[in-house]
Amino acid sequence: MILECDNVTLGYELHPAVHHLSIQIERGTLMALVGPNGAGKTTLLKGFMGQVSPLEGSITLHDIQRSDIAYLPQLNQVDRSFPLSVQEMVSLGTWRETGAFGRLRKQHKQRVASALNQLGLSGFEKRLIGSLSGGQMQRVLFARLLVQEADLILLDEPFTGIDSRTTHDLMHLIESWHQSGKTIIAVLHDLDQVKNHFPHSLLLSREPIAYGATNDVLTKENWLKARQLNEAFDEHADHCGHD
Amino acid sequence: MQRALMGCLAISVSAAPIGVFLMLRRMSLTGDAMAHAILPGAAVGFLVAGLSIEAMTIGGIVAGCLVAVLSGLVSRLTDVAEDASMAAFYLISLSVGVLIISVNGSQVDLLHVLFGSALALNNDALYLLAGICTVTLFALAILFRPLVVECMDSQFLQSVSRLSPLAHFSFLVLVVLNLVGGFNALGTLMSVGMMILPSASARYWVKGLDMLLVLSCLLAIISCYAGLLLSYHVGWPTSPSIILILGSFYVLSFLFGMNGSMMSKLSKPKHLSA
Repeated sequence: MILECDNVTLGYELHPAVHHLSIQIERGTLMALVGPNGAGKTTLLKGFMGQVSPLEGSITLHDIQRSDIAYLPQLNQVDRSFPLSVQEMVSLGTWRETGAFGRLRKQHKQRVASALNQLGLSGFEKRLIGSLSGGQMQRVLFARLLVQEADLILLDEPFTGIDSRTTHDLMHLIESWHQSGKTIIAVLHDLDQVKNHFPHSLLLSREPIAYGATNDVLTKENWLKARQLNEAFDEHADHCGHD
Repeated sequence: MQRALMGCLAISVSAAPIGVFLMLRRMSLTGDAMAHAILPGAAVGFLVAGLSIEAMTIGGIVAGCLVAVLSGLVSRLTDVAEDASMAAFYLISLSVGVLIISVNGSQVDLLHVLFGSALALNNDALYLLAGICTVTLFALAILFRPLVVECMDSQFLQSVSRLSPLAHFSFLVLVVLNLVGGFNALGTLMSVGMMILPSASARYWVKGLDMLLVLSCLLAIISCYAGLLLSYHVGWPTSPSIILILGSFYVLSFLFGMNGSMMSKLSKPKHLSA
């Protein structure tokens, strides 16, 4: 096991965004995190990273540190007007070794060059990130993930707004990470993609609806229940009586 | 005149890079708000020790840091965004400052604090400016990477380190330090111009962060030199002269700069083949 949630409730100002979730995620799992908008998917990823503290319950990492987690933010969370080159952006993936103050060594530069090459970004090194298309920028962020060499990889909507060819290439990279034993949790909206590529799924609608093998989770009944729960959520609810 | 030049050069090298980060963090007006926020501290220093640089500087630093920390705390503990809480605190701070000076000082004193007097810089003020410049450059060198990542992709910084709040608050302290240093030479209201105008002008000429930092410093240095010469020969006050030179650079830049200026938008050069 790499990650365990024990009766976790995450939220903002006492309103639960994720309500009483208990799951165990095994090392090497490739898992999709699905649910309607506002279901708490991004909040759960932030909870895994320690950026949102549980209102109740606990999240435990087994045999890894927070620094062993790599996170892909939603594309619109990155300020692409910032005057940074592709190479500088991808080099940030070495942070775990270089820290805030260390310099890039030869092996780091080689890793960055290899990641850029693998993502088809050779020749883009000096380009500013502001000049890239959405798909190219997503490749840059994946290259940074590749350089991070993390055991647990969290992807927040990695294919939103990305063309089919880039999606295919990035999906191929995710599958290669999975084959090398990494644990990957991805927030996704394309249910066909989830069924085709992700063996495990967690269907969330603020409350956990189903967790396990994707075909068992993504049933019509479960999805209907998820939508009803999400739409019926009461922002003026009384204090929770769950034990 | 030599002291004025030395002091202005020190604050140029120090404040211009801070201004680049203020602009990139979309906090240009925060610099202006902080410039107003240091006023009551300087006023209390003036009240206690007269026109003493040490007392006014310490007062300014305390008031600026207090406003920065309080606005940050209020925005984190309540539903109000940081820009709104900073606006509230700087306005309170400014009114307290003007009140203290108006009740206890003369209009001349108020003008000195608001608009500075580079030609009156003494040895103590020069040491202070040199000290602030040194501290700022060392701190920027140390905080450079966290600051860059915090500006561009704060979630990544939060995922790989716990330096995000440290980078944010340290940066605000550097803003306060430079404003306080600047008000001795340029006054509280003008010192923010030394931060914002060089970086806003440089953005029209260069694209990379390193060149942005270098060009901002160069523009600030040239403006100080030219502004002091203008002030000497025409008999104008120093700080508006320096800021007007910087303002001229800005106008030229947004008219004729190479990146996104009005000229580059209006001219339609032949497009490339691929």
